[in-house]
Amino acid sequence: MSTTVIPEMPGQEIPAESRVNYLNASYGVKSWLLTTDHKRIALLYLGSITLMFFVGGFFAVLMRLHLIEPQGALVAPETYNKLFTMHGVIMVFFFLVPSIPATLGNFLVPMMIGARDLAFPRLNLLSWYIYIIGAAFTLYAVISGGVDTGWTFYTPYSSTFSHTSVIPTALGVFITGFSSILTGLNFVVTIHKMRAPGLTWFRLPLFIWAMYATSIIFILGTPVIAITIFLLGLERLLHIGIFDPAIGGDPILFQHMFWFYSHPAVYIMILPGMGVMSELITCFSRKRVFGYTFVAFSSLAIAIISFLVWGHHMFVTGQSIYAGLIFSVLSFLVAIPSAVKVFNWTATLYKGSISYDAPMLYALGFIGLFTMGGLTGLFLASLATDVHLNGTYFIVAHFHYIMVGGAVMAYLGGIHFWWPKITGRMYPDGWARFAALIIFVGFNLTFFPQFVLGYLGMPRRYAVYPTEFQVLNVMSSAGASILGIGYLIPLIYLLWSIRYGPIAGPNPWGAKGLEWETPSPPPTENFEQIPVVTEDAYDYANVGGSRG
Amino acid sequence: MITGLMQTVFNDRAAAIAAVAIPIHPTSASSIADSVDHLYYFLTAITLFFTFAIFTTIFFFMVKFRRRSPDERPADTKTHLALELSWTIIPTLITVVIFVWASSLYFENSRPPEAATEIFVVGKQWMWHIQHPEGVREINELHVPVNAPIKITMTSDDVIHDFYIPAFRVKKDAVPGRYTSLWFQATKIGTYHIFCAQYCGADHAEMIGWVYVMSPSDYAAWLSGGARNESMAQTGERLFTQLGCVTCHVADNTGRGPSLVGLYGHQEKLRNGDSKLVDETLIRQAIVNPNSIILPNFPPIMPSFQGQINEEQVLQLIAYVKSLGAEERKTNGK
Repeated sequence: MSTTVIPEMPGQEIPAESRVNYLNASYGVKSWLLTTDHKRIALLYLGSITLMFFVGGFFAVLMRLHLIEPQGALVAPETYNKLFTMHGVIMVFFFLVPSIPATLGNFLVPMMIGARDLAFPRLNLLSWYIYIIGAAFTLYAVISGGVDTGWTFYTPYSSTFSHTSVIPTALGVFITGFSSILTGLNFVVTIHKMRAPGLTWFRLPLFIWAMYATSIIFILGTPVIAITIFLLGLERLLHIGIFDPAIGGDPILFQHMFWFYSHPAVYIMILPGMGVMSELITCFSRKRVFGYTFVAFSSLAIAIISFLVWGHHMFVTGQSIYAGLIFSVLSFLVAIPSAVKVFNWTATLYKGSISYDAPMLYALGFIGLFTMGGLTGLFLASLATDVHLNGTYFIVAHFHYIMVGGAVMAYLGGIHFWWPKITGRMYPDGWARFAALIIFVGFNLTFFPQFVLGYLGMPRRYAVYPTEFQVLNVMSSAGASILGIGYLIPLIYLLWSIRYGPIAGPNPWGAKGLEWETPSPPPTENFEQIPVVTEDAYDYANVGGSRG
Repeated sequence: MITGLMQTVFNDRAAAIAAVAIPIHPTSASSIADSVDHLYYFLTAITLFFTFAIFTTIFFFMVKFRRRSPDERPADTKTHLALELSWTIIPTLITVVIFVWASSLYFENSRPPEAATEIFVVGKQWMWHIQHPEGVREINELHVPVNAPIKITMTSDDVIHDFYIPAFRVKKDAVPGRYTSLWFQATKIGTYHIFCAQYCGADHAEMIGWVYVMSPSDYAAWLSGGARNESMAQTGERLFTQLGCVTCHVADNTGRGPSLVGLYGHQEKLRNGDSKLVDETLIRQAIVNPNSIILPNFPPIMPSFQGQINEEQVLQLIAYVKSLGAEERKTNGK
């Protein structure tokens, strides 16, 4: 806290407690469960996905404990298979996909564009209920014995051979998809129609561009996974011969359909993180984002190209080598806009005024881990090396660097950055920086050895493994225990800060952006008067010139 | 005696070191392993270079441009078009180099040499059934001669599996209902892991085996050792008679079905007008779903054998049909 400047703002002497804001405007369970306030819905999501994160994380901890011994230290192979499946399903569909869009996006999209709410507030509440119903089906599947197909649900194993709760899990994923579609729809309409006067497209914060690109994928991609899961359910229940070769189906067709959504879904998880990143880097270096238009358009480029690379998951399925070539070249192409973003963030720091508050440490951690994750993707886009690395721990390490090192770091950075806005309170900065460091170290110790394991040839999803892989597995498990503690620390001090944290004030970081020009926590209607925007985003060079 | 003792101590030390040493490089034992590794090292170098470059730049900026006073307001930096273009174009060029390298290597590695010996693999929850053309069958073990190209043609009896030999840097899915293949030429005598690399159910992690790479003479001895087997084609011929195929598919083309002599490897015109190459996949289809590929001038009366014979028997029948093709080519040559 010592490094944080709390600027004096005239007219803000009223303590947060006595002022009416979105948190204290009404009380009671009903006022939350029937709210149409985008900020309260964001908090409903925050609570739900945090629960899912720790459920999914618990499964990961059990897996890493089990893998300390080559013959498996903890559970039977069938149980292990259920653990990695439920870890994947919960983390991907119930944490990562909704993480930033449904919490920070819901909270910030209207505030950043100077609107009083999203375009369709009741639809927004409906999307949370749909998410909860989907999550309930999946948690029911967990309790009713679990599911063991892997989060990828590959046929014909999932359609014909698995004896576990495939249908409830699939139904959960199917249902929760609709909440993504509704959120995406809501964001697109809101961003198009509800921007404050003067807030042109190229004055928008880059977080909004990222949310816009993500929403496009939500709307175009999610129906495909819904259809795929629906057909899988039909095949499993009625044996109509879509995916099962024994009755005339094609098991590879499932993979095409699954990855047509699930590869863009990777960008659903990382694009919002990139948006958060642009906000954090610019605020804590007090510089306009270097190459604003390049960063903005790279988000759209990623959203579009991401729909054309699905075949790189299938290089070793017996796919034609010419198809392999095309998917390989497109996969390299999708890497370029990501590289452009990293270079621009780095250049933003140049001649800046850099402070090391906790959100900035998460942001710098993101750049490092995302760079590693992105570059190791080159190994997998390269046909000749993918043949060896596909299906091994190299893949596991690569996508965890992107999704955990990237998306989760950005999510935590964003939560720490906007926490004072959301709750009106500051958390202990020392603890937050300590947690960022622990997470960074624990993460690398967990997942770096897995790159080596993959290159050595250890396949993923192995409940037992040859002894020569043990040293690296023990290192990975040791890292996971550090990472697990790293994730618990923020949970504790953030909850503590809600009650005991010092009052944050409207703009503790001295940040630009409309959301910082309203009190913390904001009033229900966000702004007393709809602001008029007269300057570009991130105008840190002009001290006093906020708005006319 | 002293040297013997020292030897023992040294061996123990070496073993102890080996036990704690962290392995970082897999054994390479095939003709393509080194070239794949070279690309892998190049990619590792690229990764390290860019990671190092970005990390040092960030650290340098963090120290040099750290906030010195709370009211510091740095001036705007103008967007630099040349810089933007160069860090878009240079990475693009690097990826073009990687793409060309990786793809040409993949093309080479995808084409089995003409002379390759074909071995057949059927994945099954949770084991590998392997058949040699000479008729020898093994489970979870694959014996091959060193320095000879081997083509593995595979399918699956149930779910999708993946046949993976890390030491050879080869991997391919075994997909039910179709044939896929990979090839390798082992370069070092030794024993190497076979893994299933596509999750296939409860005992996925136990679906592992060993490749034994042997000297040509040891391999010949191994092939002829044990019970004398008939070749795959011979077993196929026996099946062909047992299953009654022979009553319709008469060699001189007077039966109710077409003669199969010389069919393999030819383009055949089908009843629906399509022209198709008679290969393993088409023969398999003709056995399990015959009415989907009817030759002109023949009635669609063949029953399906799906569920009556297993994938290994299908492969034996295919081997027999292929041997008929070879016989005809010989006759034509005369």
